[in-house]
Amino acid sequence: MSGYPGYDPKSGFEKWLDARLPIVRLGYDTFIFPTPRNLNYWWTFGAILAVILMSQIITGIILAMHYVPHVSMAYDSVQHINRDIRFGWMLQPMHATGASMMFLAVYIHMFRGIYYGSYKSPREVLWIVGVVIYLLMMATGFMGYVLPWGQMSFWGATVITNLFSAIPLVGESVTSWLWGGFSVDNPTLQRFFSLHFVLPFAILGLVILHVWALHVPGNNNPTGVSVKNVDKDTLPFHPYYTVKDGFAIVVFLMVFATFVFFMPDALGHPDNYIRANPVVTPVHIVPEWYYLPFYAMLRAVPDKLGGVIVMFGAIAVLFVLPWLDTSKVRSMRYRPLAKLFFLIFVLVCIGLGWAGAKSPTDLVFATAVDEHGVATGFSFLWLARILTLYYYAFFLVILPVLGLVEKPKARPESIEKSVLKSNAGEA
Amino acid sequence: MAETVSTSAQDPSRRDFIYIATGAAGAVGAGLFVWPLIDQMNPAADTQALSTTELDMSGIEEGQQIIAKWQGKPVFIRHRTQKEIDEARAVDVATLKDPQTDEQRLVPNKDGKYEPQYLIMLANCTHLGCVPIGDGAGDYDGWFCPCHGSHYDSAGRIRKGPAPKNLYLPPYQYLTDTLIKIG
Repeated sequence: MSGYPGYDPKSGFEKWLDARLPIVRLGYDTFIFPTPRNLNYWWTFGAILAVILMSQIITGIILAMHYVPHVSMAYDSVQHINRDIRFGWMLQPMHATGASMMFLAVYIHMFRGIYYGSYKSPREVLWIVGVVIYLLMMATGFMGYVLPWGQMSFWGATVITNLFSAIPLVGESVTSWLWGGFSVDNPTLQRFFSLHFVLPFAILGLVILHVWALHVPGNNNPTGVSVKNVDKDTLPFHPYYTVKDGFAIVVFLMVFATFVFFMPDALGHPDNYIRANPVVTPVHIVPEWYYLPFYAMLRAVPDKLGGVIVMFGAIAVLFVLPWLDTSKVRSMRYRPLAKLFFLIFVLVCIGLGWAGAKSPTDLVFATAVDEHGVATGFSFLWLARILTLYYYAFFLVILPVLGLVEKPKARPESIEKSVLKSNAGEA
Repeated sequence: MAETVSTSAQDPSRRDFIYIATGAAGAVGAGLFVWPLIDQMNPAADTQALSTTELDMSGIEEGQQIIAKWQGKPVFIRHRTQKEIDEARAVDVATLKDPQTDEQRLVPNKDGKYEPQYLIMLANCTHLGCVPIGDGAGDYDGWFCPCHGSHYDSAGRIRKGPAPKNLYLPPYQYLTDTLIKIG
């Protein structure tokens, strides 16, 4: 999207450099970029994610200087970082809780995209690149969690790699290939370290594609109405949104710092402070909180292959979301029914996370007591099943049908009109 | 250039042949080079060198279970009680998810006789690899996997829960009545 005058090199050196390597022009075009003037704070999570990604890469490179990827030394080397390395007590929790912060921000970013229809034409590729980034984040986060080689690391790795054994015919060969042996062991740890190191750079590359794909159509906005007049509807990204994003980043960093400095282990699991033991499985295996909804879906299905398909399908469905939502109206602000179903969808995702954290046989509420005096009632297994059904129904039934039957409310003529109207209302 | 393209459609020239042959050779070469990059992740020679574990079971008391390690994997060795054996043999095999008789879960000794008191199985749940809790756990007096709730009976057969198969049996043979070699 263009409309502003481009970079105009003033000094002789700038002109000389611009003719040889137009890097200043690239930066100018990236930051002096027409941006809808009505973006709200839900739009700041992209910039927040960029900051956390850089934080993860920098702290990760530092941790790799001190970490030892070997089954006999990995656990101790993480303790060594936390206790002996200068500022290791800060850098290791920054990296570990940084992963949680990144998932927190990415989930808000994705819900934002769904609510405001940011995946709709002409932003389908932008959305798909984002889903690929999310997939890589999940793989990277999982492999990173294995590296400290505690009990949850080991058994998490065992459970997740065993998911691939559900593949018909080649499942066993694939798991053995992933492990480099006959169980999760040293070869597994070393390759996970290697991949955990390199995948963030793949993510960085995809983030560049994501921003590039954003800069072709420009930002969506809370009204979903396209920019019609660049002068009236937009503001240059810098300084308007660098400042707004900057403020949001500072607030987010306060939350991040609270975890790093005051509760560095709050988001982890105590069992990961027990060394990996291949012959004893912890009584209750749970993944990190950001995988819990998918874990609940895996357990909701009483069949191994079925469970794996349902779990991966929950992410796969996001790839085709732009074509499942049949409504021409982007923003759910003007879609009363879609707004309601979206709200339920968010609650369902949180509910799935809750179910994933509990044992499937635990009860949500008890209704009776059986002959042995054991309470019976509505179990988390059934909660997970119902919520999984809604998760799929939202994408495969509700969004396709709503676009055809829902009568959207009137949308503003332009971004400028919507801004002026809301200002007049407040005055 | 345009001329070359237009004529090549009707008249495959030497240039087209070289073009396609080069592309084909390049594709085959890339494929050949990719294979070592993929195959290096498979178990290495030292991992694969089938290590065998010899184990004397005479010290295992009736009703006791030990976990041995073979190829890095845990192995259950349970000295079953008569009650457990009777329970395992009383089951109608046809009703099982992965039908196997109790004797199919065992290996005969050198005299061709079974030692039904010794049950030897890989200790990883066939669902997602956790180590089930033993000593009569679960609804079928066998093993119960805490991860996703699979119940195995006293012959290690799957009875309830998401696991698709009975607990796997490692390859092993009896050297004497109580000494076995796994692998």
